[in-house]
Amino acid sequence: MKTEKNRERTKRAARTARVDWRKEFQHNWPLYLLVLPSVIFAIIFCYIPMGGLMMAFQNYKPWLGIFGSEFVGLENFRQIFEFKESYQAIINTLIISVSKIVLGLVVPVIMALLLNEVKQLGLKKCIQTLVYLPHFLSWVTVAGMLRDILGMDGIVNACLKALGMEPIFFLGEAGMFRQLVILSDLWKGFGFGMIVYLAAISNIDQNLYEAAEMDGANKWQQTLYITLPGIMPMIIVMATLSLGNVLNAGFDQIFNLYSPLTYSTGDIIDTYVYRQSLVNGQYSFGTAVGLFKSGIGLLLTAVAYKLAYKFAGYRIF
Amino acid sequence: MRRTSVSRKIFVICNTTFLITMALLCLLPLVNLFAISLSGKSAANSGAVTFWPIDFTLLAYEKTFQNNNFIRSLVISFLRTGLGTVLSMFLITTAGYALSKDFRGRTQLMWFFVFTMLFGGGLIPTYLVNSALGLKNNFLVYVLPGAFSCYNLILIMNFFRSIPKSLEEAALIDGASFFTVLRKIYLPLSKAGLATVALFIMVGNWNEWFTGILYMSDTKNYPLASFLQVIVVQGNQQDLSLDPTSAAAMSERTIKAAQVFIGALPILLVYPFLQKYFVKGIVMGAVKE
Repeated sequence: MKTEKNRERTKRAARTARVDWRKEFQHNWPLYLLVLPSVIFAIIFCYIPMGGLMMAFQNYKPWLGIFGSEFVGLENFRQIFEFKESYQAIINTLIISVSKIVLGLVVPVIMALLLNEVKQLGLKKCIQTLVYLPHFLSWVTVAGMLRDILGMDGIVNACLKALGMEPIFFLGEAGMFRQLVILSDLWKGFGFGMIVYLAAISNIDQNLYEAAEMDGANKWQQTLYITLPGIMPMIIVMATLSLGNVLNAGFDQIFNLYSPLTYSTGDIIDTYVYRQSLVNGQYSFGTAVGLFKSGIGLLLTAVAYKLAYKFAGYRIF
Repeated sequence: MRRTSVSRKIFVICNTTFLITMALLCLLPLVNLFAISLSGKSAANSGAVTFWPIDFTLLAYEKTFQNNNFIRSLVISFLRTGLGTVLSMFLITTAGYALSKDFRGRTQLMWFFVFTMLFGGGLIPTYLVNSALGLKNNFLVYVLPGAFSCYNLILIMNFFRSIPKSLEEAALIDGASFFTVLRKIYLPLSKAGLATVALFIMVGNWNEWFTGILYMSDTKNYPLASFLQVIVVQGNQQDLSLDPTSAAAMSERTIKAAQVFIGALPILLVYPFLQKYFVKGIVMGAVKE
């Protein structure tokens, strides 16, 4: 009897929900219509390819297609750690990306604090304009410049020769490749990374500085006890969000700078996936490595968002 | 309070010098590239050129603009950037406006979009789907797959949310439809925000080089970014089309420098407009209080 009543209640609830939806739609149909094109694009170009990730569990052959290829379970994933190359690519990725993340956090904060001490507005504006610029250049352009500057007849080697040293083929030295990648990435991004900190600094209440000055605090103490704590929430947000990038070492950059000479230190997961699948034709293995990477990436990003929300109240939308 | 100590003065001088050096460090590689592109063969090849051209000549630029493949890729780049930006802006303004309202299913839709930002099919599945859609060797591959971007959608949505609700409510009570509200109130009021995002999308489209390499079997159909990638990185000199007479007068290096510089030029030209707005845009989009 009781269950009968419950069932009746759920049925009624379902009916009212349906009516609600109809009402909602009658009122808000233009809104649904406006989202529709984006939904279609997201399904076709984002969600359908995700279905193709099934390949990672198959021995995919192009002529058999995704529904005809043999299912091999986790075999492809087991191989990731067996091949010396893929293992090395994971190590390289971690070293490069963690260095990039740490420097990409510390340097912009320091630069923003230093720039804040420049009181001539015109000069400040000029410096800002110049340091933001590299962010907008493509890695192809930057790679073109780097290859020229660091080439055997480039400006850097010209300096070395003038100092009586032997010229160095920088882009062919495996031992220097990571440092080169990390530094050129820093060059390209540090200015742009400053923006959020400069904005945070300008939001700090000016009365705090006046009060501190009354109390006899010098500039250094003001920076340490007012500015830095003032931008700390922003630093925390940026730090946690960068967690999602631990497996992104920068495909665009490395693909345009590396060569077989520097594979040992410079090959990262993304470039390895590219070579394995599109050059060597191992589609399933390449996809498995890619899925391994994006799976961990998803997990890390989820954790990052949770932490950013918990520590700084940051929400994506 | 106006007296400044000696140590403070020293700090200010050192700090300013340091920051100016860093700023110049961001500009000088481009200046070097430009100087090389305007220099004579022997000076460029010996590495004597620093920041001012030696044996000034425009030959590298003349030669570049006589290269039909270069012109073709330049046109493709302009077309894809134009079309791609228009389509992207259409998608994200419509969806961004809708999602700036509260309606049933909004949260679920938001997660549906945000998930595309967090996870993806990866290289091969995406390649196979796009090929199955007939996008291989098709110009539309430059426009369609990259048109929707959740990141830009959120940026636009936040711009729309900062517009006072009362404006819209008044219009709706007067009988205006959502479409009219979007066209007559939201679009005009968020011009600066839309311009920022559009410029960002333009720069992204112009700089994108991988699609061409991946989907085009004929290098003739490459946009400029892919064309440059082949020349600069893969060191393919066929496309430089140096005939013996001009090879005597200029070097591969000056031509490369000229082409890379032309590739970066549109970015340098829109940069002043971009810079006017993007600081605000970044802060609003990335850091919602």
